[in-house]
Amino acid sequence: MTDDDLQVFIDGVQRYFQLTPNNDLRIGTPYLASNKKPTALDYTGIIGISGNSKGCVYFTAPKIMLTHLMMGFGEQDTSEENIVDLVGEVANTISGNARGELGKDFMISVPVVVSGPPPQIHLPVELRSYVIPITWRSYQAAVVICLQD
Amino acid sequence: MLKLMIVDDSNIIRNKISRAFDSKHFDLVAIATNGEEAVEQFRNNRPQVVTMDLTMPHMDGIACIEQLIQLDPEVMILVVSALADEATGIEALEKGANGFLLKPFSEESLRDALSELTESYDD
Repeated sequence: MTDDDLQVFIDGVQRYFQLTPNNDLRIGTPYLASNKKPTALDYTGIIGISGNSKGCVYFTAPKIMLTHLMMGFGEQDTSEENIVDLVGEVANTISGNARGELGKDFMISVPVVVSGPPPQIHLPVELRSYVIPITWRSYQAAVVICLQD
Repeated sequence: MLKLMIVDDSNIIRNKISRAFDSKHFDLVAIATNGEEAVEQFRNNRPQVVTMDLTMPHMDGIACIEQLIQLDPEVMILVVSALADEATGIEALEKGANGFLLKPFSEESLRDALSELTESYDD
């Protein structure tokens, strides 16, 4: 993955959070991480990638951030069902937007959502992932990109 | 008043569109969570305007557009999708969609897109 490819996902994150009230987004320096202990918070929306690239892109965030984000969008029903829906939709939007630069052969699946601590996320241990740290208001989240070259 | 159907697998997005459209011009007659459901709802409710997600389980938006156009070539379809590549946009338009709104979107941009769609419908 090139720096330009990584920038595509950073731009997607910025575009998504631009619509939040008092857009208070900070994106940290992306880094490469081992897949032995994948970054994962309370809820994780995972998009499977196929076509020219293979792997996954996921968005992971704490419950409180997702609840706050949902309310910011005017959604009053902050049920578990909607939190699961939101984390999947954020992952879907960031991945789908990436096709603007990466093209139609960057094929994305419908989101799969998992909740729980890191042991519930399994990635190929022989690969490493790019982690894009996100701070929105005081909450920490991340977009993680794990693709085969 | 035009009859509207919302098709999206995300409840958050369905609710957002429901809150955003102008109720003076549109009457929400159906909501569907995937393409298959949309075709069934279309047969039952005959909406004139449809907002259509593309990435959905069971039947995706492109396949659904094809079926809706077969049922009613006059239906106006606004694709509301995160898929930002030009090829997908062109494919949706070739299959019969009339407009494309990229996610994430503001409620104002949705109203504008639906309004633009309606103007061409009036023409």
